[in-house]
Amino acid sequence: MSAGTTMNHSDNGYNFAYLDEQTKRMIRRSLLKALSIPGYQVPFGGREMPLAYGWGTGGIQVTAAVIGPDDWLKVIDQGADDTTNAVSIRRFFQTVADVAVTESTEVATIIQTRHRIPETPLKEGQVLVYQVPQPEPLQKIEPRETETRKMHAYAEYGAMQVTLYEDVAHFGRIAKTYDYPAIVNGRHLMSPSPIPKFDNPKMENNPAIQLFGAGREKRIYAVPPYTSVRSLDFDDHPFEVQTWKGSCALCGSTTSYLDEMITDDRGSRMFVCSDTDFCNTRQAEAASAPDDKAAGEDA
Amino acid sequence: MAYVAVKGGEQAILNTHKLISESRRGNPDLAELTLAQISEQFALAVDRVMTEGSVYDRELAALALKQAQGDAVEAIFLLRAYRTTLPRIALSEPIDTAKMTIRRRISATFKDIPGGQVLGPTYDYTHRLLDFALAAEGLERPNAELAREPLDGATPRVIDLLDSEGLIEAESDDRAGECFDLTREPMRFPAGRDQRLQNLARGDEGFMLGLAYSTVRGYGGAHPFVGELRVGEIEVEIVPEELGFPIVVAEVTVTECQMINQFRGTAATPPQFTRGYGLAFGHNERKAMAMSLVDRAMRARELGEDVRYPAQDEEFVLSHTDNVEASGMVSHFKLPHYVDFQAELALVRQLRAEHAVTRAEAQMKEVAE
Amino acid sequence: MTASALRKPAPKPPLLEVSGLSKSYGTQVGCRDISFAVRPGEVLGIVGESGSGKSTLLACLSGRLQPDTGSISYDMKDRGPVDILTLCEPERRRLARTDWGIVHQNPRDGLRLDVSAGGNIGERPMALGARHYGNIRTEAQDWLQKVEIDLARTDDRPRTFSGGMQQRLQIARNLVTRPRLVFMDEPTGGLDVSVQARLLDLLRGLVRELGVAAIIVTHDLAVVRLLADRLMVMQRGRVIEEGLTDQVLDDPHHPYTQLLVSSVLQV
Repeated sequence: MSAGTTMNHSDNGYNFAYLDEQTKRMIRRSLLKALSIPGYQVPFGGREMPLAYGWGTGGIQVTAAVIGPDDWLKVIDQGADDTTNAVSIRRFFQTVADVAVTESTEVATIIQTRHRIPETPLKEGQVLVYQVPQPEPLQKIEPRETETRKMHAYAEYGAMQVTLYEDVAHFGRIAKTYDYPAIVNGRHLMSPSPIPKFDNPKMENNPAIQLFGAGREKRIYAVPPYTSVRSLDFDDHPFEVQTWKGSCALCGSTTSYLDEMITDDRGSRMFVCSDTDFCNTRQAEAASAPDDKAAGEDA
Repeated sequence: MAYVAVKGGEQAILNTHKLISESRRGNPDLAELTLAQISEQFALAVDRVMTEGSVYDRELAALALKQAQGDAVEAIFLLRAYRTTLPRIALSEPIDTAKMTIRRRISATFKDIPGGQVLGPTYDYTHRLLDFALAAEGLERPNAELAREPLDGATPRVIDLLDSEGLIEAESDDRAGECFDLTREPMRFPAGRDQRLQNLARGDEGFMLGLAYSTVRGYGGAHPFVGELRVGEIEVEIVPEELGFPIVVAEVTVTECQMINQFRGTAATPPQFTRGYGLAFGHNERKAMAMSLVDRAMRARELGEDVRYPAQDEEFVLSHTDNVEASGMVSHFKLPHYVDFQAELALVRQLRAEHAVTRAEAQMKEVAE
Repeated sequence: MTASALRKPAPKPPLLEVSGLSKSYGTQVGCRDISFAVRPGEVLGIVGESGSGKSTLLACLSGRLQPDTGSISYDMKDRGPVDILTLCEPERRRLARTDWGIVHQNPRDGLRLDVSAGGNIGERPMALGARHYGNIRTEAQDWLQKVEIDLARTDDRPRTFSGGMQQRLQIARNLVTRPRLVFMDEPTGGLDVSVQARLLDLLRGLVRELGVAAIIVTHDLAVVRLLADRLMVMQRGRVIEEGLTDQVLDDPHHPYTQLLVSSVLQV
């Protein structure tokens, strides 16, 4: 996030990063409020974007409000830089903000994501922008916003715990695998967006700023750097993340989140990293170190 | 590598843009539609796109329709996204529909009304027979004859006549001139009537029609009368700060529906009729009427009625009227969900494996016994 | 069975004290100028026909309706007597799910029908911070036993339960946090007579065992005869007669009470 003017300089007829400056200021005010009350959903005057609702309009507005000409932007969907929606959003910012883009988690100053947190640990000064389809973790229990607002205000989260109880009673374990609810800063129940629960521990005490934008529902929330994010669980059924028996077929990682690829019509499959930058970097490293035969070894 | 094909490529996306352009144009041997043709000959489609797109601009709406190949919801989306980039120069004064230049004006509550019933252009009294003459090009079309005398200049709103007798609830400005702006602020519940009406005005015509229909089919207990439906042109005024008096900046066509509804009355108020209000850009009676019915249904709580049916439930209605939001959310399920699906897949496999073990153990026990 | 009030001649300070409570709907009177007190462990019955105002009164007392006038003082555990109408909403909601219980006539209003029996009972402890699955489940099963529901049904949803079982589950869900005051609205309404008797028996046992105070609204005199220490008879929004249950039922003074008693007991 760099200072400096962002007034319109592009020749496409749109202001820098599409939104007008008043709208950006409105969003920044909401972001500041969100950072001040970690996990609290701040209503904001979300605008209609040239991208369909549910396709990242919240994330785009947040990114547009914080991006400057000196930023390096990375956009991922499902962990990958080359998925259709990531490509589309990256192109959008290249068009309306003429900003430098990168696929490297290391280099990026702003990472907009859908459904994943990069495997490479984030650093201070980086901003992770999540696209959120449904910001309200209580909605499945209580569809009324007038009621869920009160539940948050009074920290009435017993009903949420009941859903975990039901899982254990019926399946012997907590059966939520993604969009796994967490308590932020010991106070607000938050939807981490539909990231796999595998990524939940990465939110905890993270040095980067984590911003969440829900365009259709017009809500912004945030986790400031170094904030506690505790996934709900029971003392005798503690929170656990997914594990895989094998390793990535391309880079050999045993610690990353793996996607399953069906490779033929006989049901053959292989597992590869969902985080393409992580996987490519490891493959490149392995290639440049020919002595290291065992690519499967992890650092 | 096989897996690369699973993830989208940048080139493939660019190609879809070219393909859509090609299919939009259709057969290049045929003349291309002009915006003027769309605006003139698909005027009602343009009206709908302007209303739900929240921009009164026939040319832009025609462009949106052309770009969207006639898909109204897509065109509305285009117009809304463009609207985001428009600066806000001024707020208009409230329009006064009593001053409307009437094109059509009817009341179902009184046979004759001051100013008269004006049928105007409408399909209401046509037989819905396909007119094969329209398939032919270049034929002479009939023109309506000019009336011998102009319309009565004074066409008071029918509802105001009831109002003067106290038969219908008085309408008051409860926010003292302040008005909620749905395009700048997120929705809030409980919603004021200004917020509700703005939401309904932008709401999807089909959804609103269905909701309105439900209120008269037992899911809302409505007994409506069209107090008045009027279509015509109205001037839009602003008051520039430096002038201090109103100036006319535009003339727009609107459709207004004032629906009269039943009400029992309470201890404090004698029985009187209640109102439902609908307004749409251009000529769109279906939308204005549906809106006025849903508006009234949602007033159930403030009027002390039971809130039992979907159309009376403001959180349900207001959260789901917007077709840009709705189609976005529904269409987003086309986006990749590999990661979440993988998480669910792993869990289901695990649960199935455990299930098999449990069953095998149970069978072993049975055999042993 | 209704002797407990008599056995304690020196009354404890009231748990709940209502004075001058009125609520009307437009021209229709809900209830008018109601005053009474409930002491710890005491069971108060409120009887009257439908439309007598008893349900309005109960809704006001339990915080679901805002009365027009009057005060409702409750002896809170940590603060002493407080007018609950002056409590802010989170305080009132907290009170309602910890120190109070509300048993609805229709168990569907008081249960989560898509949540297992165990989960229904576990909700209150979890809302209060219980985070050990095993303990929550054990406590839930203790309560299922208390209300005579087969433990094999622990993980079943109440949707599949009979009306009587649903009502017993609702009672367990309310009593698990050991509230000091329970509001019951026609707790046996809509149940078969044989099921009613079993439920009443169970309720009587639980109320005595836990020493919980209760306000029971009903039109069924058999219910109050069995459960209530004291009785209030309501007609057209007013209390027309009150006293010890046996006294009122055996020697009714007001003509309406006489009619009520004679019409039921002589059947």
